[in-house]
Amino acid sequence: MAIDQSEVEQHAPGEFDVLRIKSDFPILSRTVHDKPLVFLDSAASSQKPRSVLQSMDTYYETINANVHRAAYTLAEEATNAMEAARSKVAAFIGATDANEVVFTKNATESINLIARSWGVANLEPGDAILLTHLEHHANIVPWQQLAAERELEIRWIPLTQDSQLDLSNLDSLLDGVKIVALTSMSNVVGTITPVRAIADAAHAAGAVVAVDGCQSVPHLPTDVHQLGADFLSFSGHKMLGPTGIGVLWARKELLEAMPPFLGGGGMILDVRLDGFVAAEAPHKFEAGTPPIAEIIGLGAAIDYLNNLGMEAVRQHEMALTAFALEHLSNRFGDRISIYGPQSAELRGGAMSFAFDEIHPHDLSQVLDQHGVCVRPGHHCAKPLMRLLGVGATARASWYVYNDEADITALGDALEAAGEFFSF
Amino acid sequence: MSGLEDLYREIILDHYRSPRNRGELDSPPAVRVEGFNPLCGDEIVVYIDVDDSANGDAAVVTDIRIGGQGCSISQSSASMMSAAVKGRSIGEIRDLTKSFKSMMSIHEEGLDADSDADPQEDSAGAELKLGDLEALRGVVKFPVRIKCATLGWNTLQQGIDEALSS
Repeated sequence: MAIDQSEVEQHAPGEFDVLRIKSDFPILSRTVHDKPLVFLDSAASSQKPRSVLQSMDTYYETINANVHRAAYTLAEEATNAMEAARSKVAAFIGATDANEVVFTKNATESINLIARSWGVANLEPGDAILLTHLEHHANIVPWQQLAAERELEIRWIPLTQDSQLDLSNLDSLLDGVKIVALTSMSNVVGTITPVRAIADAAHAAGAVVAVDGCQSVPHLPTDVHQLGADFLSFSGHKMLGPTGIGVLWARKELLEAMPPFLGGGGMILDVRLDGFVAAEAPHKFEAGTPPIAEIIGLGAAIDYLNNLGMEAVRQHEMALTAFALEHLSNRFGDRISIYGPQSAELRGGAMSFAFDEIHPHDLSQVLDQHGVCVRPGHHCAKPLMRLLGVGATARASWYVYNDEADITALGDALEAAGEFFSF
Repeated sequence: MSGLEDLYREIILDHYRSPRNRGELDSPPAVRVEGFNPLCGDEIVVYIDVDDSANGDAAVVTDIRIGGQGCSISQSSASMMSAAVKGRSIGEIRDLTKSFKSMMSIHEEGLDADSDADPQEDSAGAELKLGDLEALRGVVKFPVRIKCATLGWNTLQQGIDEALSS
């Protein structure tokens, strides 16, 4: 095996030295408009440490070959590297069997796979799907498409005032539901949802549970069995890995019973003129040449996160979130409204806010002049935006390489934006 | 903050603070069209009254109102647009739209596919006609914001097409 993990920067266990972590991310040393880069948009896509970039280079420079196809050494090494990454992914989310991990293009494809494979095979006209008002479009539109074709009903778990799930009517909402699809952490307001409680109720009602883990898997320790999930989708690029690689984890019995989603090479045991026999899971769902370098890059990202420790990552981000809530509120008072739960224990580090009645697009334009990257817009969650009564929000989000100085820099830039737009 | 002043000219901020022709018209008889910027969530509603659609390009837009929500660039551009087109014939509005969109196109990358603006008209005639709208020229330096500036105009174009076909 040509790829080992000696490239991974070693951090002493228990230590969370953000300055040292920052130095592992080449992009963080660049400037924007002559200002140091303050990257606060990791909820959209995270930056990548050198070890992830090097793992992909090493793959291309030393073992590049197609996987699961040839008997020569390079092909065997590439296959081993890819399958080693699959095992790392499984271990990272507490899965007992690496064959429960299906590689996709991104979490969006993972959710579409659930809808198109499990959904088409299991949902009949009149069946209901239960979603929540927090969902990203990726966990809404595939279900709306399927519902329109199959005459399915879509129901919604509503929200409380501070954007937590209102479970007071959960039992009646679950009546007749075959699948509950929900986020474990909102990409807009940061809310951590009580997946386990909902999963227990859903299972009692005979439904399966598909968790959109895009925001939680990169930031919280994850154990699919503790979550009570039947499906878990997430993307590599939000967890220090490259773009173009996503994951669908599902319980083995479900994967075995599900029909293939995309057809092609790599997903078959046999093809004849009159039909084909599908391969076993997970290969049944991985038609075509997979993104081998990206899978290896995701494995390196998991090594990096494991080296920090996911519990330490959560503690670090919770402290930063608490600091941000306090710093921004103290500094700006009524000029800032922060959406979502007001306690760091209940939320992750994706923080939407309104400031001085400045439109988020204008706000982020001024912030950019200060090197501060925040995202304006609807964050692919238009139903949630409508509930919040806004067309768009500005969102700051943090990760392992952010510190209190970044939040203070956000505050300074907001101050400047307030002056610029003072009417 | 060099550069920002190019984007946020005083007249733009003035239209953002005090938008002209803000509100609604009864529809029908007015034509009502919605425009969306899927990138940022901006939504705009344009209402127009046309005197006699049978006159084609000679028909006159007698009244216009703008609704919806958006950033300073989309709101001020729509506000200036409403002031510029009110009382004009559809033919004149088409010329104005062409001039405005040509100003908004990034010349290094060529003109918009749907723009067949005459380059000569661009330089001389257009500047005279655009008036206050000239203030939006700085938007071109911020390419992501071009869609904000053109949102109202694209929506108006759609409204005019609907008015003439009704």
